[in-house]
Amino acid sequence: MAQIFHRSANTLSRVTIFGAIFIAGFALWVIGGIVRSPYFTNQGIQREQPVPFSHQHHVGGLGIDCRYCHTSVETSNFAGIPPTSTCMNCHSQIWTNADMLAPVRASFASGRPLVWSRVHRLPDFVHFNHSIHVNKGIGCESCHGRIDKMNLTYQASPLTMEWCLSCHRAPEKHIRPRDQVFNMGYRPANQQIDGPRLVTEYNVKKLTSCSTCHY
Amino acid sequence: MATTKDTTPVHEVRPVTQELRIPARYLPTPTIGPGHSFATITDHISTIVLRRKTPIGWFIGLLIAMGGVGLLSISITWLLVKGIGIWGINHPVGWGMDIINFVWWIGIGHAGTLISAILLLLRQEWRTSINRFAEAMTLFAVASAGLYPALHTGRPWFDYWLFPYPNTMGLWPQFRSPLMWDVFAVSTYATVSALFWYVGLIPDLATLRDRATNIWVKRAYGAFALGWRGSAKHWLRYEHAYLLLAGLSTPLVLSVHTIVSFDFAVAQIPGWHATFFPPYFVAGAVFAGFAMVLTLAIPARKFFRLEDFITMKHLENMGKVLLATGLIVVYAYAMEWFYGLYSGNAFEGYMLKNRATGPYAKMYVALWVCNGLAPQLMWFKRFRTSTFWLFVVAMFVNVGMWLERFVIIPASLHRDFLPSSWGMYHGTFWDWSMFIGSIGLFFSLLFLFVRFLPMISIFEMRTLLPEAQAHSHEEAH
Repeated sequence: MAQIFHRSANTLSRVTIFGAIFIAGFALWVIGGIVRSPYFTNQGIQREQPVPFSHQHHVGGLGIDCRYCHTSVETSNFAGIPPTSTCMNCHSQIWTNADMLAPVRASFASGRPLVWSRVHRLPDFVHFNHSIHVNKGIGCESCHGRIDKMNLTYQASPLTMEWCLSCHRAPEKHIRPRDQVFNMGYRPANQQIDGPRLVTEYNVKKLTSCSTCHY
Repeated sequence: MATTKDTTPVHEVRPVTQELRIPARYLPTPTIGPGHSFATITDHISTIVLRRKTPIGWFIGLLIAMGGVGLLSISITWLLVKGIGIWGINHPVGWGMDIINFVWWIGIGHAGTLISAILLLLRQEWRTSINRFAEAMTLFAVASAGLYPALHTGRPWFDYWLFPYPNTMGLWPQFRSPLMWDVFAVSTYATVSALFWYVGLIPDLATLRDRATNIWVKRAYGAFALGWRGSAKHWLRYEHAYLLLAGLSTPLVLSVHTIVSFDFAVAQIPGWHATFFPPYFVAGAVFAGFAMVLTLAIPARKFFRLEDFITMKHLENMGKVLLATGLIVVYAYAMEWFYGLYSGNAFEGYMLKNRATGPYAKMYVALWVCNGLAPQLMWFKRFRTSTFWLFVVAMFVNVGMWLERFVIIPASLHRDFLPSSWGMYHGTFWDWSMFIGSIGLFFSLLFLFVRFLPMISIFEMRTLLPEAQAHSHEEAH
């Protein structure tokens, strides 16, 4: 009887059978990587802005406090984007003729706000409140990274639910004294002791109920 | 078939001193018709697939079944467009025909696993001619069943969330929920059943490969036969694998429907919250499954002239299983009343009263007629050996098992603890179209199966012949 398959069919079938497991496993690993990649999370991507505002210069260089511009961060769920007049507090005096600041002056003159590109975007089905985090001892830096070193602002964290829960499940690893919340580059002296103490002191609890964030 | 040449080693030959005459009624009924040899079995079964012209009846049957698949596709599409609001479920009956049909189909699948695994381990030879068929039935029933919970989630495109995998949400499924256990029970069941069925098919696929004349048909069967050549080594490994899979399947017969019953028993609704649910459900599943095997086997053996392979003995045995499991189910119905009355619990008591006299009382009475009365005919050999009556009883049981799930699910849910939250449940057009559609899917798969694969295990049937039995050469002299 003539052979119905070429000799290579043997190798092919062996490779298929053994490969199936590894190929399927590898494919799942790749998918797991892709959904966590910046392509999906936007982590680390600098956005084009109407004015190339540098946090590095204003925070790191000049030492302006976060709350000078983001005024509602301690009282509201939204930290607040400053109005053009906040920029003009200084820029009516310094760099008044800089080309780079032309859109700021135009906005101020016309009264039409600057349209910044949003960097941190959460889905509609989840609620995030800045004030509760700031008041319970979570530093800006814990989520936003070293803003004082960012030339153009980018999203430092993946903002996945997995990432939210990594802190909600273990707040003692990230909590800091309230007076250190706006401090960039805070180095805890002894987090293993201070963390749990602060969690108790600030009454941090019920962080992993679904309705803590989804309500 | 007489042996022409004696190849037996001399030391094994024992002289036949005296011919034993055993009265025919003490001899076991053969599980294969008379006058068959290795060649005729192979011919008969493989020609159904390979050579015989496809009967017109097959095309008509497939066309009707495909119509059901069309209806199913339309129903699912509309469901995806509109959401599960198109079904009759709402408060207080959140589980309706979708779950009834799921349990009904899953139950039907159990006969296949029982026949192939437990009867194999118990060395019941009569299983041989029906196991392939019943296993295929299991697979197709699980496929039909699986549709329902997957669509019942409301957003089936997120169904993969049911599986524990390292996701970006950092969440695990709720392992304390029986619905979660269901996912594992049913997916394991589907996987093991598919493997068992496929492994059992391999030697027959090789037979088809060797007997096919068209090179592409040869290649198609050859690819799935995985290079089977029937060497002693192949057979040894095959036997090991098959026995291991049988061992794996055996607990599944019990576990799958046990876990399905937990979906109800773990909840606190009167009519669900009962400890006897697991054995009650397992017996009901085997009951339903054998009824479906009979429903399919009786027309199939007639249509494909397989009376020699699926003999009256097979049908009679299935009738006996139907009676035995039917009695267990009736016992469970009786126990429901006992628990309701003995517990003295007002809600349990009301549940029973509502079943017997409430708005769904007709279904409850019909359930007793179908599952309680009809199988009692199987006490009598006259009915057990009549294909007509077997078929009638099987149809009664098919309907009865559906009614049983209806009585358990909506009839328990519609009147729970608070009279202010009582309501009624009625299946809508889309409930029924999904149900009819899933029956169409089941039969379409079955029609394709009988056309393209050997519906009876060729090589296992050959082992039933006297010449395949050990020491057969002695009788041949």
